[in-house]
Amino acid sequence: MPERTHDITLTVNGVVRHATVPARRLLSDCLRHDLGLTGTHVGCEHGVCGCCTVLLDGEPVRSCLTFAVTVSGHEITTVEGLAGPGGRMSPVQRAFAECHGLQCGFCTPGFLCTVTALLRENPAPTDAEVVEGLSGNLCRCTGYQNIVKSVHRAAELIAEES
Amino acid sequence: MTTKLFGEPVQRREDPRLLTGQGRYLDDLGSGALAAAFVRSPHAHARIRDIDVSGALDVDGLVAIYTWEDLPPRVAEPLPLLIPHPALTHGRTAYPLARDTVRHVGEPVVMVVARDRYLAEDACALIRVDYEPLKPVVGVEEALVGAHRVHEDVPGNVGAHLVQEVPSARGRTAAEEIEAAPHSLSFRLDIERSASMPLEGRGVYARWDPDDRSLRVYSSTQTSTSVRMALAAKLGLPLPSVEVIAPDVGGGFGVKIVHPWPEEVLIPWAAMLLDREIKWTEDRREHFVSSAHERGQVQHVKVGFDDEGRVLGLDVTILHDHGAYTPYGIIVPIVTATQLLGPYKIGAYRVEFSSIYTNTVQVTPYRGAGRPQGVFCMERTMDRIAAYLGLDRTAVRAANFIQPEEFPYDQGMMFQDGRPLIYDSGNYPESLRMLKELIGWDSFEERRAAAAAEGRRIGIGIGCYVEGTGVGPYEGGHVQITSDGRVHVSTGLTSQGQGHETVFAQIAATELGVPIERVSVVTGDTRRFGYAVGTFASRAAVMSGNAIALACRKVREKALRIAADALEADPADLEIDDGIVHVAGTPTASIPLATVAVLANPLRYAFDEEARRATQFTGTAALDRPPVAEGQEPGLEGRDYYSPVRSTFASGMHAAIVETDPGTAEIKILRYAVVHDCGKLINPMIVEGQIHGGVAQGVGGALYERMVYDSHGQLLNASFMDFLMPYATEVPRIETAHLETPSPLNPLGIKGAGEAGVIPVPAVIASAIEDAEGIPITRMPISPSELHELRLRRPPG
Repeated sequence: MPERTHDITLTVNGVVRHATVPARRLLSDCLRHDLGLTGTHVGCEHGVCGCCTVLLDGEPVRSCLTFAVTVSGHEITTVEGLAGPGGRMSPVQRAFAECHGLQCGFCTPGFLCTVTALLRENPAPTDAEVVEGLSGNLCRCTGYQNIVKSVHRAAELIAEES
Repeated sequence: MTTKLFGEPVQRREDPRLLTGQGRYLDDLGSGALAAAFVRSPHAHARIRDIDVSGALDVDGLVAIYTWEDLPPRVAEPLPLLIPHPALTHGRTAYPLARDTVRHVGEPVVMVVARDRYLAEDACALIRVDYEPLKPVVGVEEALVGAHRVHEDVPGNVGAHLVQEVPSARGRTAAEEIEAAPHSLSFRLDIERSASMPLEGRGVYARWDPDDRSLRVYSSTQTSTSVRMALAAKLGLPLPSVEVIAPDVGGGFGVKIVHPWPEEVLIPWAAMLLDREIKWTEDRREHFVSSAHERGQVQHVKVGFDDEGRVLGLDVTILHDHGAYTPYGIIVPIVTATQLLGPYKIGAYRVEFSSIYTNTVQVTPYRGAGRPQGVFCMERTMDRIAAYLGLDRTAVRAANFIQPEEFPYDQGMMFQDGRPLIYDSGNYPESLRMLKELIGWDSFEERRAAAAAEGRRIGIGIGCYVEGTGVGPYEGGHVQITSDGRVHVSTGLTSQGQGHETVFAQIAATELGVPIERVSVVTGDTRRFGYAVGTFASRAAVMSGNAIALACRKVREKALRIAADALEADPADLEIDDGIVHVAGTPTASIPLATVAVLANPLRYAFDEEARRATQFTGTAALDRPPVAEGQEPGLEGRDYYSPVRSTFASGMHAAIVETDPGTAEIKILRYAVVHDCGKLINPMIVEGQIHGGVAQGVGGALYERMVYDSHGQLLNASFMDFLMPYATEVPRIETAHLETPSPLNPLGIKGAGEAGVIPVPAVIASAIEDAEGIPITRMPISPSELHELRLRRPPG
């Protein structure tokens, strides 16, 4: 018997999007496979690695632990929506490029969303606050050294440009 | 050469797409493809009595269900044993779907294809497999007893047994030297299982084109060229009809060099059969139980030494757990056995290993590939000797170092590539001097005393290693300059985050004298380059880097020859600068490489401005000669290969200061210092990044990561909640210094850097904890509760 589906409406990266999904459809799968936004990655499907982090009404959440139907009517920002008008990369994105804050790039979208929210809450974090702020995201490539640097550099860029 | 980018910390060219969500990883492709899922064995060892799929047939969206019996003969065969070795007398590989016996939890039994992954998993859950459980074999020592067998026809569960022996200069065996030595020690060491654990698992996506009978397969692999050859053979297709592409790959660290995986054969086969696009993306639990693990050795060490701590004889017996199958041969224990010697001259050496079957996930290389185990053994031995003699640990190491003037140094063994283990270059005393300075080795006792005065317990540790990198047999590069002045570089090996698009572009831009913005690099796409080995063993920069440099030199020579004709100059007087060929000292006598590219092709339809512009240089055709001269080819392009006579040996030394909590036994790394020598650096920023990542994985292996199997062969911690990989909170700041001892073996003077960071970390942390606690540390990883246990067992006094 075909599965029962639900019509949902999300605002993703400022654009109103509609999807028809079963109740069990994860937000990560909805973004990736129903809306074609494959920048959000799935690394563990159980909420530990943080690869799938997106901003839900501005707050970082694990999209692999969120059912798409539960966020109908809400605003989502994914990695594809972080760049500024005209497509210029955001200060956080530019800082990661400048400081070599990524290698394979698979965990990077989750870090970018986490850090974007972190710096909005705390525009000038200490080293300890940066490490604490990153402590929900796994990276297997960088050893976090240059990710920490990237966060500080992003804070500088945001301060310079505001 | 004026456009010098080799050696510069150039920002990565892959980053803009990866930072904006425009990367293309395996599961980002094939949005309309059917999805595959697998029923996997819940038993470590069982006979399959029956498979009943009837319950799954009504699942909405189900397309197909396959068991072993459905597979055609070539596909149904056991998967290939990639690297046979005479010592691997009982090599065994798995069937792509279990035939009648399962030998580890996670072994694939049934493949389901459905409209999407949710539905495919629904169907999997409704398939009933009737198993007759058999006695599982877990742990190498239990396996060796041989009461039960993983494979019925492998007595004692021993897959391979190898002894290598190097006599001392005076012709004595290791046993004789140890017997005659002034001092001797013997002890046991243990290293537990860990795994590569890339954040992107494996994945395969296949498209069959029935019109031209061709197959295109995308795989998250470390070797697309070899997957292609395996598929052509398994599926009975002509090689030119199969293309395999490694798209953006979310980390590899060794596990993705194994090929073909069951899924890599089954997904393309089903795509052809069903004439539908099919994709399979591994989930995390599948990755834990059905890909591969590593580390996992027991070592018995005997060593004889003199009063200065010089090793006169060393005898090591290794029990290596290779899991249920041996698709990748016995590379890991061979690397342990040969790289164990590190930067030292050992009097006489005997190493024996047994590679043993257990009912656990197969063991294949993980970053370091046997070296961390070997280095753990050698460095624990050095510390034991120092403790026994009451000498400084660095003094014992220095007493055993190969000296700078002794290169090339022949260790008298055969390396993993079957070639002599001859170190090409290095400077170990200087490396040690730099490390001691960086960490403050000589002033540590003051620091220890100051900490003790505050009731804190700290210790310092050291570890040294030598790493054979850039193993052959070859890699190739192709370079083409098109009439728009762009440079297109391709090489067959793959990328998993190493920044190849950047470093290979740096090499090409430097060799050709063009701006890096005009250079683009493609890796791991058999449509562009068909001959390659793969990305592993710290070989990509050495192998493809040199191949691309050689290909560029061919293209440069041709460009200068054509430009010299056009400019009526001598090629020897020409330079290339910013993409323009000009006569040295006469900037006005010049021709852009774009124009040279047009001139290189006698067929000159004026498709673009450049072709029209080139007509001024055409001159008069020599009517008595063919338009393409003998031995020449049209176009400004070249291909070359680099094939080294043997590996090049990088080296490094790490030191750490740790603090152990006197109450809770919590272990904290206060400082971590690295001195690293990988010859000439192409991009120091990228090399540093490789070291950082390696050290972090090493910290995981030293303090957190282990695969916990129970006696039934169940993996108890198959999730990221229970298998503890370091977060930012667990990795200390890593301080690095570089020494550059160029390799004399290759044109660019480079050595590999990919695995270096991980290799000595468990040895370094063990050394530091032992120094802090005064308790011998003999197994890794070590948790606070284990350290607490060791304290309780410490003999009084």
